Amino acid sequence: MTVTEQTPVTATRPMVRAQDVVKRYGPIEVLKGIDLSVAPGEVSCLLGPSGSGKSTFLRCINHLERIDGGQLSVDGELVGYRRHGEKLYELKAREVARRRRDIGMVFQRFNLFPHLTALGNVIEAPIRVLGTPRDKARAEALRLLDRVGLAEKAGNYPGQLSGGQQQRVAIARALAMHPKLMLFDEPTSALDPELVGEVLDVMKGLAADGMTMIVVTHEMGFAREVADSVAFLDGGVVVEAGPPDEVLGNPRHDRTRAFLDKVL
Amino acid sequence: MTTDTDTVRVVPVRHYGRWATALLVVGLAALFLRALFDSPNLEPGTIREYLFKDYVLDGVVTTLWLTLLAMVLGTVGGVLLAVMRLSANPVLRGVSWAFIWVFRGTPLLVQIIFFGFLGALFPRLTLTVPFTGTILFDKPTSVVVTGTVAAVLALSLNEMAYAAEVIRGGILAVDDGQTEAAAALGMSPALTLRRVVLPQAMRVIIPPMGNETITMLKSTALVSIIAGRDLMTAVQTVYQNNYKVIPLLFVAAIWYLALVSLLSAGQWLIERRFGRGFARGGVR
Repeated sequence: MTVTEQTPVTATRPMVRAQDVVKRYGPIEVLKGIDLSVAPGEVSCLLGPSGSGKSTFLRCINHLERIDGGQLSVDGELVGYRRHGEKLYELKAREVARRRRDIGMVFQRFNLFPHLTALGNVIEAPIRVLGTPRDKARAEALRLLDRVGLAEKAGNYPGQLSGGQQQRVAIARALAMHPKLMLFDEPTSALDPELVGEVLDVMKGLAADGMTMIVVTHEMGFAREVADSVAFLDGGVVVEAGPPDEVLGNPRHDRTRAFLDKVL
Repeated sequence: MTTDTDTVRVVPVRHYGRWATALLVVGLAALFLRALFDSPNLEPGTIREYLFKDYVLDGVVTTLWLTLLAMVLGTVGGVLLAVMRLSANPVLRGVSWAFIWVFRGTPLLVQIIFFGFLGALFPRLTLTVPFTGTILFDKPTSVVVTGTVAAVLALSLNEMAYAAEVIRGGILAVDDGQTEAAAALGMSPALTLRRVVLPQAMRVIIPPMGNETITMLKSTALVSIIAGRDLMTAVQTVYQNNYKVIPLLFVAAIWYLALVSLLSAGQWLIERRFGRGFARGGVR
């Protein structure tokens, strides 16, 4: 499918580059050749009906799903593989883990660690994975929790927080690893409507600070207001991609138009 | 129709059947207790005499550390077997399955006797460096595997098989999203298991492992068959000499009951600890 490459921020090496990415579950082809490029500092929203493959594609970016064809690279490094001459060698779990450090991910169902407090959730990976001293990790975590507006909830367990608060802790947890890329998998879909705003506000703040973000979302307002580029996926391909005004305001494809008519 | 609410009395349903059954059960229990204490063979004096005898207390201590050691080894081995059974490696999966199959599929008593008579199968235990013939270790089995060692071996290997299934169930009960979140943070599979999965699995594992511990405490009595020096062995030794079987069985029963009550209290405390972060777990 045609993709007009939009790199509105800079013309440097893309942060994420997908070429003809294919993913199959058994005989079913979920991704049928995704091409997409996201520049450093860019906020890209992936839209599309459920089953279009947008979440699967997002999960491929940090190798939670293995791809079955094409190439996918983050900051110039292949995801899940190392190239040596003409061959691709699959990375060991430990090496995959090392690359994932730089890619933050926020899940639809938050997936906070329920046995740790909000603070415990945020300091866990910096201490255990990066080897940050506890005091330093703690200070930084409190700063991050303050940034998402939850400084006073540091000692609370996830079960004692609302969905919106949990999702903001999850964002702080991801940021604590100093990622160069943040992936959001429908971050507000599991929230009560009145809690969506507080999470989107945190994400807007991140975007304003220049974080590279790929956001799978149904929040058209967010896409229109914050995204630098929007890609509409359907049936495992990128149907249309470009600046939000074009894709959302003046879609060229019937499928995009039909989808937007339904959700707007 | 006079509906004066001040004078109308509400009569609850009268459960005559309940009263009758309660009376019957209390009566039967009283009859049983009277029979028990009227019996000249109960000998409360003998029970009191032997309850705190030094060799009985030694037996209690042995029973306790046998239980503790078997549970610690059983749990460590159980974690290993559980992880093996969930491994992607088919050989590890198969070996773990076979181990559990054998040790859950044969009676503990058979296993205890088997290890007690291990020398009949392997008369000597020898360890050599492969291809060199250098002997590092060579002793008769009966010297190495004493009654106590056989008891520990049988109890802990048996416990491993049961603990493995309990722990595997606990690991499977942890939501996949937890592993994914840990992976997305760059945590390795081993770190994820240790810091994210097992602490949450504990909540599910602890109640059945509490039961396992209580069962183990009582199963140690089986090692009396190979002279394991535990509480039951001590009591048996006494009644085989003085024929006061019933009072001495009461001595053993009183101790087992006391120890099990203590374990139940401990289980409650541990459950509260690992319930942190869960609404019903007791924090706040």
